[in-house]
Amino acid sequence: MARDTVTERLAATGTDNALELRGVSKKFGELEALGGIEMTVKPGERRAVLGSNGAGKTTLFNCITGDFAPTTGAIRFFGEDVTAFPAQERIRRGLRRTYQISLLFSGLSVIDNIYLACRGVSRGRFSFIRPGRSDALMQSAEDLLRVVHLEPVRDTMVSDLSYGQQRQLEIAMALSGAPRFILFDEPAAGLSPTERSELVQILTGLPSHVGYIIIEHDMDVALRVSDMVTMMHNGRIFKEGKPAEIEDDEEVQALYLGGGHD
Amino acid sequence: MVAMPESDARSEKKPPQWVENTPPAYWVLGILLLIVPTFASNFVMFQIMGWTFILGLIALSLMFLGGYGGMVSLAQMAFAGFCGYMIAIFGNSAVEGISQGWPWWLVIPLALFLTMLFATLVGWLAVRTEGIYTIMITLAIAAAFFYFARQNYEVFNGFQGFNSVLPPELFGVDWRGPVAFYYLTLFWAVAGYAAVLYVSRAPFGLALQGVRDNPRRMAALGYNVTAHRVAAYAFAALIAGIGGILLTWQSAQISPGTISIQAAIDVLVIAVIGGLRHPIGAFIGAFIFVLLKTFAVDVLIALGLGGERFNLLIGIGFLIIVFWSPDGLLGLWEKLRDSRKRDPLTGKGVE
Repeated sequence: MARDTVTERLAATGTDNALELRGVSKKFGELEALGGIEMTVKPGERRAVLGSNGAGKTTLFNCITGDFAPTTGAIRFFGEDVTAFPAQERIRRGLRRTYQISLLFSGLSVIDNIYLACRGVSRGRFSFIRPGRSDALMQSAEDLLRVVHLEPVRDTMVSDLSYGQQRQLEIAMALSGAPRFILFDEPAAGLSPTERSELVQILTGLPSHVGYIIIEHDMDVALRVSDMVTMMHNGRIFKEGKPAEIEDDEEVQALYLGGGHD
Repeated sequence: MVAMPESDARSEKKPPQWVENTPPAYWVLGILLLIVPTFASNFVMFQIMGWTFILGLIALSLMFLGGYGGMVSLAQMAFAGFCGYMIAIFGNSAVEGISQGWPWWLVIPLALFLTMLFATLVGWLAVRTEGIYTIMITLAIAAAFFYFARQNYEVFNGFQGFNSVLPPELFGVDWRGPVAFYYLTLFWAVAGYAAVLYVSRAPFGLALQGVRDNPRRMAALGYNVTAHRVAAYAFAALIAGIGGILLTWQSAQISPGTISIQAAIDVLVIAVIGGLRHPIGAFIGAFIFVLLKTFAVDVLIALGLGGERFNLLIGIGFLIIVFWSPDGLLGLWEKLRDSRKRDPLTGKGVE
């Protein structure tokens, strides 16, 4: 990614950090899934979180989105302390996420899924009036449908979609309603090479003010779409740096890449 | 002559979308229902059809909660009965010591409002639980209301309840007359059915289906899952309340028997027999239930069995349907239709 666009992107947004984690830890009984995580992500910054299975990456996401409350620590989103906020309040402030295992509404059509995502962050969630085709939110749902190339299956039930299509739909839902910051949990897992390159296109094509954290096992994808990389191991951060630094780091190679990455 | 733009010409000729979307079978059924009074006896109109529409409405309220919201409530009959009681308490009845005798245009909206309020409270408690626990908590509330109404003489007039609870003589029509009552219940059944179908595609209904499929994801999309579920209880109670008013008018009385635990379970049986997946299932289930309840006694006596065993027939019917098709008769119908369309070689559906 060109250096100047990154600087531009970072300069274009406000002064508050997009995301600040201060001493965030999470215990499940005796098991410490996260331990004292300190992380600062600037607005518009795109960061990859890498680490082996069980490193605490998804738990970190769950704490940020409010799916779980952290055991200790504080989470600030664009300067606001959201630690005690329920999930929906964080979403309404512009935070989005995708799930590792697709969490979709299987009994509804593709367009209904996206429409619900668009409606969730706007007014009229309790509206008893049906949306028409000209409805503004319906329009933005149709736009998102095109972004992720799902027009051919617009009215298909989600339970009838292929795995790859479900992943695309996950992304469309995360992009709905003016997101400011998105958490992508292994969006490329199980995708074909073509679908992966489409995913990279979607990620690099996001508006410059939209930052994200991506959990990704595929190093090719992760390093191509991120400005910064955070390495996690056993619930702790053990290295942060630019993609190139991380790729060349011996310790990282030994631990995560098994030393075999050239 | 200037040619009309094509789209204008088309939009003039085209009937509205909903007319096109309605399958022919619905038109036939609609016309048939409208002309029932020309050939049916008073008993069929008032007792069979009227009761079907009323029980259908109450089961519809459960279908809305269960089918779209994934919440099986046994309190729907309690909401219906509560609304009936409110009509009797604030309106007119033979129990003049309690009934306030307020005008109908005040009593009916008030009764419906109080019913929704009651359901909001029940919903607020019940939505904190899932599955079997929702059933248990709503059953407990239904049972508590039943015993409360039976033992409270100051407001609910205890075991006796209220009799002579009659519909207002609006437009000079006796609304308990068989034809008038038939059309009255038909109107509200159709209105309830159409409202549920409409709301199921409105943001509120879609969100409710989202909550049913994946509550955690709904929260992650910015929805307040609890509030949505509670609102669903209130909306369902509005439908049940209308059914409750009609039920009270039909029998001209409301007493604890109306809201017994047996009645609460009957509503569940009706909804399950018909099928929880589509609003029409509630009315199909109600029709079968009413037929069984009305004629099973005669059939059993004709077979030389005790007439009081009609519940046995209902139970066996219920078992068979649940065993063969968890989606009720609607599901059974869909299965048959799909199997006829299936390619015998590949086993896949043929368009």
